[in-house]
Amino acid sequence: MSEQKNIIPLGRQDFDRDLGKLEAELILMSGLVEQAIFNALNALKSRDIEKSQKVIDEDDNIDQAELEIERTCIELIRREAPMAGDLRRIVASLHIAGELERIGDYAEGIAKISITMGGQPPLKELIDIPRMGDMAVRMLKRSLEAFISRDADLVRTLSVELEKEDDEVDDLYAKVQGDLLELVKADPENAEPATYLMRVAHNVERVADRAMNIVERALYQATGELVSGSTQIEPLAE
Amino acid sequence: MPPNQADLLSQAGSAENILRFDTTEPILESHNLSVAYNGNTAISDVSIQVPKNSVVSLIGPSGCGKSTLLRCFNRMNDLIATAEVKGTVNFAGQNIYDNDIDPTEIRFRIGMVFQRPNPFPKSIYENVAFGPRINGITDDLDEVVENSLRRAAVWEEVKDRLNESGLSVSGGQQQRICIARALAVNPEIVLMDEPASSLDPISTQAIEQLIQELSNEVTIIIVTHNMQQATRISDYAAVMMAGEERIGRMIEYGTNEQVFGNPKDERTEAYVTGRIG
Repeated sequence: MSEQKNIIPLGRQDFDRDLGKLEAELILMSGLVEQAIFNALNALKSRDIEKSQKVIDEDDNIDQAELEIERTCIELIRREAPMAGDLRRIVASLHIAGELERIGDYAEGIAKISITMGGQPPLKELIDIPRMGDMAVRMLKRSLEAFISRDADLVRTLSVELEKEDDEVDDLYAKVQGDLLELVKADPENAEPATYLMRVAHNVERVADRAMNIVERALYQATGELVSGSTQIEPLAE
Repeated sequence: MPPNQADLLSQAGSAENILRFDTTEPILESHNLSVAYNGNTAISDVSIQVPKNSVVSLIGPSGCGKSTLLRCFNRMNDLIATAEVKGTVNFAGQNIYDNDIDPTEIRFRIGMVFQRPNPFPKSIYENVAFGPRINGITDDLDEVVENSLRRAAVWEEVKDRLNESGLSVSGGQQQRICIARALAVNPEIVLMDEPASSLDPISTQAIEQLIQELSNEVTIIIVTHNMQQATRISDYAAVMMAGEERIGRMIEYGTNEQVFGNPKDERTEAYVTGRIG
């Protein structure tokens, strides 16, 4: 191992350190985002307006983290002219920071809905939406795990597993929609509170979709494959 | 634990990492090409196919045999008394190392541009007219000179000073005059050994643009240390590497997207990301 170290030029050691720092920044940002989703759903459940407002206020920190990651990526591209695995790592980080920022917006969206609902209790007991939330946050954690591993086999395995979990979130979302629709049919007065919960469920479902996007970026980093859902583009022609 | 780098460096690339063209007839193809100087092997077993009208970059750390390989492609190594070349280089249906091949003719058909501009101490006109004159072309020489200088994107800059010394113009212009000199005999391939390494950024840009334009009509094989340049101008990149025994081998050959974006060989990855070399 020491032989290997000796042949890494000094300048690249700085670069390696900065790449490590970039990864740490992303992990910190994902922590903020997970917490935001968790807090937003908890505040909704407990009807705690103050906590909802806190989620909204703290979204600025997430936006700030995204901008800092973006700045780091731009600086590394400018300074290091990265190639191959380094380039893929930086490009993937840039994308993932964007995905995380959007997830932060979903948390903020849930908090805003919660505040709009004011003092009224939710239309029905919140069981499926928090479940969706737990699943989506778990997916988010695992998608980051895939990214950090930089291991093609692990990313592929996690990608298949997360796809199944995403289907489960989608199923649960469909169930929530069906249940709420029934309540609206039973009493049109329920339309407004049902719409609130529908929007919350939609936001949570989107978190799971974003986690899938992150796994796709993890796959790109590990293999160079560019995939989006069922679409894949081939490498440039020979 | 990753494989030991030093062990890896002494191995050639596996066959699957070396691009082969099944449907395109290569204009130039080497088979198991090895070169020794004074009995010391410099490069070993290089097999590469170069498609017509493509730009192929040869990249790798210093001393890995890029220039040695390049010089094999037009028998420039013949000029070094202690050089011994084994293997074949097929060009236009023939092995250029066959006994009945005239190396001078090969060097007209496969021209070369060197790292430092090396115009002859003659006028700009005579520099470009040199090759055609040797080939016995005396008619329309003015037209040949003008066309060659135009193709080398330097005509507008020197058209009023054709009788001035080739050494009187800037380095970037001198290099383009040398390219015009190579083009004047209508080569099918032009070999370039770091043609822009001694030039300023603007002249470098002019050479890069010129290479891209020329590749519509000639095939270009270029040695470069500048990886960004290789990604900009070439279609394919071949990676050479030498281990402790200092024998250069080709470890990977593929599209730019592969070599610079997602290399198959971890040594290529280490080189293009600046971890070795």
